[in-house]
Amino acid sequence: MASVPIDHGLIIAGILFALGLVGVLVRRNVLFMLLSIEIMLNAAGLAFVIAGARWAQADGQVMFLFILTMAAAEVSVGLALILQIYHHTKTLDADAFDEMRG
Amino acid sequence: MLGLLWLIPAFPLAGFVLLALAGSRLSRRGVALVGVGSVGLSALAASLVGGSFLLSPPAGQAATQTLWSWIDVAGFHPEIAFRLDALSLIMILVVTFVGFLIHLYSAEFMMDEEGYSRFFAYMNLFVGAMLILLLADNLPLLYLGWEGVGLCSYLLIGFWYREPENGRAARKAFIVTRVGDAAMAVGLFLLFTQLGTLQIQELMQRASAQWQGGSGLAVAAAALLLGGAVGKSAQLPLQTWLPDAMAGPSPVSALIHAATMVTAGVYLIARMNVLFGLAPSVMLAVAIIGALTLLLAGFSALVQRDIKRVLAYSTISQIGYMFLALGVGAWSAAIFHFMTHAFFKALLFLGAGAIIIRLHHEHDMFKMGGLRREMPTTFWTFLIGSASLAAIPLVTAGFYSKDQILWSAWASETGSPWLWAAGLIGALLTSLYTFRMVFLTFYCERHALVRELSPLPALGIRIRLPLVVLAVLSVVGGLVDLPHTLGNLPFLSDFLHQILPAANMASEGLGTELLFQVIAGVVSVGGVYFAYLLILRRRQVVERWARSSLGSFLRRLWFGGWGFDRLYDTLVVRAYAWCAQANRHDIIDSFYETVVVRPYRWLARINRGDAIDLLFTGLARLATALHALLSRTQTGRVRWYAAGITLGAAIAIALVVLL
Repeated sequence: MASVPIDHGLIIAGILFALGLVGVLVRRNVLFMLLSIEIMLNAAGLAFVIAGARWAQADGQVMFLFILTMAAAEVSVGLALILQIYHHTKTLDADAFDEMRG
Repeated sequence: MLGLLWLIPAFPLAGFVLLALAGSRLSRRGVALVGVGSVGLSALAASLVGGSFLLSPPAGQAATQTLWSWIDVAGFHPEIAFRLDALSLIMILVVTFVGFLIHLYSAEFMMDEEGYSRFFAYMNLFVGAMLILLLADNLPLLYLGWEGVGLCSYLLIGFWYREPENGRAARKAFIVTRVGDAAMAVGLFLLFTQLGTLQIQELMQRASAQWQGGSGLAVAAAALLLGGAVGKSAQLPLQTWLPDAMAGPSPVSALIHAATMVTAGVYLIARMNVLFGLAPSVMLAVAIIGALTLLLAGFSALVQRDIKRVLAYSTISQIGYMFLALGVGAWSAAIFHFMTHAFFKALLFLGAGAIIIRLHHEHDMFKMGGLRREMPTTFWTFLIGSASLAAIPLVTAGFYSKDQILWSAWASETGSPWLWAAGLIGALLTSLYTFRMVFLTFYCERHALVRELSPLPALGIRIRLPLVVLAVLSVVGGLVDLPHTLGNLPFLSDFLHQILPAANMASEGLGTELLFQVIAGVVSVGGVYFAYLLILRRRQVVERWARSSLGSFLRRLWFGGWGFDRLYDTLVVRAYAWCAQANRHDIIDSFYETVVVRPYRWLARINRGDAIDLLFTGLARLATALHALLSRTQTGRVRWYAAGITLGAAIAIALVVLL
């Protein structure tokens, strides 16, 4: 089985990252922003795995495992925060939470 | 046991610190416990120390305890050192025990007042300062205690500070005694420059070695110290503050303005007896001041309406007796009278306080009357105190001490019939005004105010106990020193003669002494009888006399304390106010006004908008503008921040890639 060329993999990772970033910037719903962040994290993880395959090193996969754990922790904290915010403001619109403006 | 000496002033001072720092957080019970307990412990320590002093007298009949060096500069090194000898022992025992009883009384008396912990903090500080004064081994430390009691007196006279009148009385007391204190300070400077030390014992030795009797310096030093004593002890001509000092709560009057602080002047003169012995003319002045004061104050006490003012004038008069005794060299008689006076005058003030509280702060004796049945405990104890003050023969303590003074005034080498006569007239006045007070307050017809009294619960034990104990002391206190004619058991005099010289009696003779005692006794009992006759039987005689022109003139003169207040007001206060007023726009003021103030104002005005000003104003505006710009970026919207981070990351990567 021919291995996937590294360029293809990295392009996919780049597209995923860009999609996630655009999602964070344009979406106003906090839940969707959280999802977009997950996509960005996975894009970074994909780039690590591809690099590991290219140089036949296990480090890339180890790094992905770290990212996975970190993502799980981030989601749990993030969801808890969103829940609290929703209790306070009764909305999920991120732009409504601008009480800290200077 | 003598090592415990430092504890005696330390307990009240610790109580003061505790109450001052944590008083507002303590309950009233806690405050009373600390305030009364600290003085109680001090009294306990004083009796332990006193007991061991009596049982095993230290070498030289005195014990000194040096705690630490206070100041050490250029040959001037006063130490924090306490000295216990016969004189200071008797004084501290009276101060701590009478002080303890008065604190106990105050715990109930002041129960409903706000500032309960403040009151006890001041009282404890007072007792501490008084004990430092009495135990001090050198004059600077004595002066520290001297000013400390003056400060507490000021604070406690103005205790009810919401009344402007009380604040005025407090300031008056402070300023008038300050006149005396300034004289005393100058006296200390003089002693130090001439004799090179302020350590009392050393000072006495050097004074008697260097100075001849009657030499100018000795007279000047003694006269200056006398100035301090006169101010503190409310003697002529600085007596005007004491009657006004009655604005404070009654326990304060009892403790400070009767039993302890005002006798500090007597203590000072007794302590410096060697110096005063070198200045016979000053001694004569002491005796004359005492005799005049006791007469003037006695006449003033005759016509007062306020019960506390009667007692205040009576205090001035009794201290006059002590000064008379000091002046004729009867040192131990003065201390004896100090002791009995502390007992009965504290008792009278506490009794007066109980009456005043019962009648809802009514001070006027003419609105009392008939309280005998209403307040039996107060009546009996007050009667005993009054009998002691009036020196009823044989059964009261006041008789023994006053008789000793009268006998010394006649028989001592420096005494004279004139001094004795003044003392005798004073004794008549004393029993007259005392029993006028008793008859007006407890006998007579009941005033409406008394009839309308609702039956209140009887006085608590904390008020009764001090009254009863002091009444007992007012009776048996005289037995410590019996004259020649009555057993000749002068324990107190013998004890005091360890350090105070005995009076030189020019004429001795049992027969004469007995005759004089009988005269004194007859006079004081006669005074009581006159009071009875004039107040209870023939009131109209007094009233007719008071309406006559001479009578009303004398009444007004005596009521106002012989016009001293008005005299000082005209001579000093108004003159000073006039000077201050006149100096407001004097030449020097207007000189500086033209030369400095106006050019400066002109410069300031023309310089208002110059270049440097503009520069700094511009800087300030720039900073404000930048601040506004930066604070715009803080939108509070998380997506803006994410965009900012993205942009920053892109720029950073672009820089790395491109460069």
